[in-house]
Amino acid sequence: MKTVSLTITLLFLFLSALPLQAEDKTDVAAIIDQANLTSYYQGQDGRADVTLTITDNQGRVREREMTILRRDVTDGGEQQFYVFFKRPSDVRKMTFLVHKKTSGDDDRWLYLPALDLVKRIASSDKRTSFVGSHFFYEDVSGRAIHEDEHQLIETTDQYYVINNTPKDPGSVEFTSYTVWIDKTNSMPMKAEYRNTAGNVYREVEVLEVQDIQGYPTVTKSRIRDLESGGETVSSLSNIGYDISLKESIFTERFLRRPPREVR
Amino acid sequence: MNRITFNFLPHLACTACLLLSSAPTAQANQWQDTVYDTTGFEIGGFVDTRAGFRLQDDANERDSSLGEIRLQLEADRDYDWGHISLKGDLLHDVVLKDSTAELREISLLLYPSDNMDLKIGRQTLTWGTGDLIFINDMFPKDWQAFFIGRDNEYLKAPSDAIKTSVFFDHYSLNLIYTPVFNPSTYVSGERLSYYNPATASLAGRNARITDEQPDSWFTDAEYALRLSRQLQGWELALYGYSGFWKEPEGVNPLSGNYLFPALSVYGASVRGTMGGGIANMEMGYYDSRDSDSGSNPNIRNSELRWLVGYEHEIGHELTGALQYYVEWMQDYSDYKSNLPAGMSRRDEYRHMLTLRLTKLLHNQNLIISLFAYYSPSDQDGHLRPKISYKISDNWLVDGGANIFWGEDESTFWGRFQDNTNIYAGLRYSF
Repeated sequence: MKTVSLTITLLFLFLSALPLQAEDKTDVAAIIDQANLTSYYQGQDGRADVTLTITDNQGRVREREMTILRRDVTDGGEQQFYVFFKRPSDVRKMTFLVHKKTSGDDDRWLYLPALDLVKRIASSDKRTSFVGSHFFYEDVSGRAIHEDEHQLIETTDQYYVINNTPKDPGSVEFTSYTVWIDKTNSMPMKAEYRNTAGNVYREVEVLEVQDIQGYPTVTKSRIRDLESGGETVSSLSNIGYDISLKESIFTERFLRRPPREVR
Repeated sequence: MNRITFNFLPHLACTACLLLSSAPTAQANQWQDTVYDTTGFEIGGFVDTRAGFRLQDDANERDSSLGEIRLQLEADRDYDWGHISLKGDLLHDVVLKDSTAELREISLLLYPSDNMDLKIGRQTLTWGTGDLIFINDMFPKDWQAFFIGRDNEYLKAPSDAIKTSVFFDHYSLNLIYTPVFNPSTYVSGERLSYYNPATASLAGRNARITDEQPDSWFTDAEYALRLSRQLQGWELALYGYSGFWKEPEGVNPLSGNYLFPALSVYGASVRGTMGGGIANMEMGYYDSRDSDSGSNPNIRNSELRWLVGYEHEIGHELTGALQYYVEWMQDYSDYKSNLPAGMSRRDEYRHMLTLRLTKLLHNQNLIISLFAYYSPSDQDGHLRPKISYKISDNWLVDGGANIFWGEDESTFWGRFQDNTNIYAGLRYSF
């Protein structure tokens, strides 16, 4: 009898635990942390071929093609990025290296092969365009969580809706932004940026998520400038995770001499 | 030496330009993809045409400072054991009335071991932290190209060298051996006028400089070395060079020809982020080995050169950068006492400030920039305003000016004052 009742108790406990697990999270910090890991820190490292299709407000289209390598120094913390440009031809073979910090300015280097020149790039303003696209540097490498106050404003069937206000409003062009985070896989699916007038002027939208090696991965996304009318679509292909990238790839040596991983 | 003259080039370049520009982008990429699939070579290049003229009369030169059409072709191939790079230019020059073929790169990159790279052949080489000021970068420049409005790429002339790079822990060591001296292309009067100290006046194509270049293989070799490391985002480097002044800084008293005297350079640099911007400092001691401690008036004295710079974003898509640079002539009293009568005397210290402003507009397709050199001690300077616009992924149009001024004709920038010019160019990249 004793055994039976214990089994029933355990079963009951187990069952009672189930609805708890499926219950909505209420800790906004935990939601944001998980979303940050999901969007920017999948695996120990990774690579992807990226095409940015930039359409300006007059409908003219320009394309940027590059291969990006990423290596996490600490999960959720410092990261290194290596970008090898392939097209258009005036930027072909240029390389770009970022050592992302969680506090303070990132270290950025650009290599111009025609001059054999390694340039150090100032990075105090992370909200400037990445290679002329509507993506900002911060959209590519992630905005540090501690730079905003986060507030869970709504939980729908599908999303956690979180409003974010910058702690230092002078450092950014928005007054707040709202993010829709998918409850099932913690992927931020949409973000809307508001200006001082309270109008949404910039919109980031995930158009496609694929499962790559068990990691949910954004393979297509779009940023729209609702004020001036331009947009950039980013498409990723040849994605790989946990490819054992060496730390040395993210140094001046490979900036000057692109590694096999990007060629 | 590196140039071969042809006469059919303008036609060839024009034909290539027409063929390429009439092809839509996707098609243009397609033929390159086909070449890649069949040969493994990645192909690229551009056709570039530009023209420029002087804004004032120069008694010694033509009004036109630039007029050319150029085709550059580049091919690259990756192997397990290394990498091959080829880059060549076909140029038709209207000002000098000739056509030339110039090989800008033919190099072989090898990976002899995990922590070593070896690059052999003609290649472009750059190091150091200065922005358009070179202290420890003793690799050849083409100042003529820089002053007439060619693309910045042409400021760096290629070297025929062997570059060995060794990497251990956080250090890297680069050793560059140039078996025979590679001088810079300096302002010789052929296209741009200069100051002739012998006549104490400006001179040009009727009085071109003749020089005597060290040209014996292995005995007139150059050695350049850099030891660098990263320390918490700061780049630290030590440099050494043994070779010759890259521009003719001496005169043969017997022939009157210009000379490239022996030179050694010892230097150091540091660069890193500071206050949201990039700070850099670099110094070099120029040991002019044949100057006999300043007692030889025909050869430039030894110098200490020092540079400090700071770059910061000063607005949205707007960057500003300042540099302060000084040249301190050594053995100045010997220089003064040995200077021939009638020769203009240089200052012991030459101070220079530079300013760079870069504004990006229209999704970074429009770039407006200014680079200014100003020397308060020489009372001279050089302004380089430039505007460029990317019409599409393939087409780029640019224009700018090279403005020189000086109180005195004998100073560094003052000597080029009759060369002030404007230029415009159009480029199709593929």
